Amino acid sequence: MNGFWSKGGLARYGASRLATAVLVLVGSIAFLCSLTLIVPGDPARILLGARATPELVESFRQQMGLDLPLYERVFVFFKHALQGDLGTDVISGRSVTDMVLAALPNTILLAVSAIGLAVLIGIPIGCYAAVRPGSLLDQALAVLSVGLVATPSYVVAILLLYFFSVWLGWFPVLGAGEPGNFLDQLHHLVLPAIALAVGWIGYIARLVRSSLLEVLSEPYIRTARAYGQPERRIVMKYALKLACIPTVAILGVGIGELMGGAVFVEVIFNRPGLGSLVIDAIRVRNYPVVQGCILIIVAIFVLTNLLVDFAYAWLDPRVRENLGRARNGGGA
Amino acid sequence: MDILRRIWRSPSGRIGLIATLLVVIGGLAAPLIATHMPNQIDVAARLSPPSATHWLGTDHLGRDLFSRGLYGTRIAVGVALAVTATALFIGILLGVIAAYAPTPVERIILAVFDIISSYPSLILALALVAVLGPGLLNIIILVTIVFVPQFGRIARAQTLTIKERPFLEAERALGASGSRIMFHHVLPNIVGPIVVLASMNIPVVITLEAGLSFLGVGIRPPLASWGSMLFDGFTYLEQSVWPVLVAGGMLTLATLGFTLFGEALRDAIDPKLRREP
Repeated sequence: MNGFWSKGGLARYGASRLATAVLVLVGSIAFLCSLTLIVPGDPARILLGARATPELVESFRQQMGLDLPLYERVFVFFKHALQGDLGTDVISGRSVTDMVLAALPNTILLAVSAIGLAVLIGIPIGCYAAVRPGSLLDQALAVLSVGLVATPSYVVAILLLYFFSVWLGWFPVLGAGEPGNFLDQLHHLVLPAIALAVGWIGYIARLVRSSLLEVLSEPYIRTARAYGQPERRIVMKYALKLACIPTVAILGVGIGELMGGAVFVEVIFNRPGLGSLVIDAIRVRNYPVVQGCILIIVAIFVLTNLLVDFAYAWLDPRVRENLGRARNGGGA
Repeated sequence: MDILRRIWRSPSGRIGLIATLLVVIGGLAAPLIATHMPNQIDVAARLSPPSATHWLGTDHLGRDLFSRGLYGTRIAVGVALAVTATALFIGILLGVIAAYAPTPVERIILAVFDIISSYPSLILALALVAVLGPGLLNIIILVTIVFVPQFGRIARAQTLTIKERPFLEAERALGASGSRIMFHHVLPNIVGPIVVLASMNIPVVITLEAGLSFLGVGIRPPLASWGSMLFDGFTYLEQSVWPVLVAGGMLTLATLGFTLFGEALRDAIDPKLRREP
């Protein structure tokens, strides 16, 4: 089983996962489009208001493609989306693709800095807690991580904003900083990134702690100890690598929650980005913009999950082996 | 009773149980405990810090934060229970159907689950809000949709594991009807892990509902919801931090309480379900 299941298996696994990802993406586009069908009332009429003339409503429906049947609408939307056209903002007349592309880098920067922070702080804390179970840091971690995971991220974000920006005045309250001024942008990024990362620091630390403890009790670690390897080397070289695998696995789910959390952080810190774009659009029921933003967010989510699955299979020989046996096992 | 005793034995379970009871009783007894009507406006005392008349201070319209927070409990816990119960019902139904139905039906149900879970939960909720619009009933409906797949998946998996057990085959051989097998044998056997999942789900729903209300697309303003209180407080953050502290504090007490309670319940019912961390 072991030898047989090397390269071809991974490729086959990749192909099937890729196909599922594409199907899910097509499905979610269909779902997004069909949402307009279950609206109580006519979206065109809701948007244009009660005083719009029937002709105006009709031309608007045609312009939005609302007169087409659902499958055609999905097809048209998908065809345009593949060509990079996500439709037109009904209010300003701008291209949704342009709006999304303008907002996207801000959100990605925020999410990546938050993940980076969470990993950089969470892994060392988790290691320390695992190497010295029962120490003060270990106990503090146990209490804090539960507290921080249970506290809604937006409450943490508002309190951070109040404490560091309003009260202490260390960080700016609003915006993303002057374009082109790197230091200013960094200054504006610090607090939002921390706000987004806080819950994850505790989570990753706990995850690394428990999986490191598990790995450290394995026979091969005992062997390494018996050979007189220094403890630091054992943890760093042999144990940590394996203990980090679960961390990789949760990053897939994490990126989705992070995209959700980014909505709050962007609204609270008034940063431009996909999150604030989608919220502003929902408030005025600007449906094409909502659709475009959500499509991009879902695409990012599905793609990162795909990458994480690959990374996971590549990192962990046990997973690689199991794939051969249970190919249809639940993905999530 | 035995389960309660087991929950009480662990320190975090005790904290969770106390916090949960505090929240539930506070919500149920809100009309008795509240010192003011939740929407009673006192412009002279707007944004005041805690005092003898307003125990936890007032918001930007001079409404009593303690009373509003108590009434907010009703919304938060009510929505969470309604959503969880409905998602539980639909999820179990679809899950059991998927486990017993011919393959094409199963595939379709699973595909729908996959599509729904391909959205991050907040993002899906936002997509649905964009269509349905805000409001109490709509929030319950759309948050239910978000959570159906996880119940459905676990119900299906549980059903599949017991479907081929000998006692069910014996029952079938004895000529039991499909509904008898379903209600007397399948359901009681799959309910344990699902109840645990449901209790762990409650704080997640509370967080999501308050989050939507905070973003201004959830529960509509005159109703006291923690999310909209948080938003109002956030708007006036530079003048007074009390509204944010009260709304955020009550919200956190509830989510923390239900989380700890849910974890303790899981350990008490079935330690095997425990997944670190």
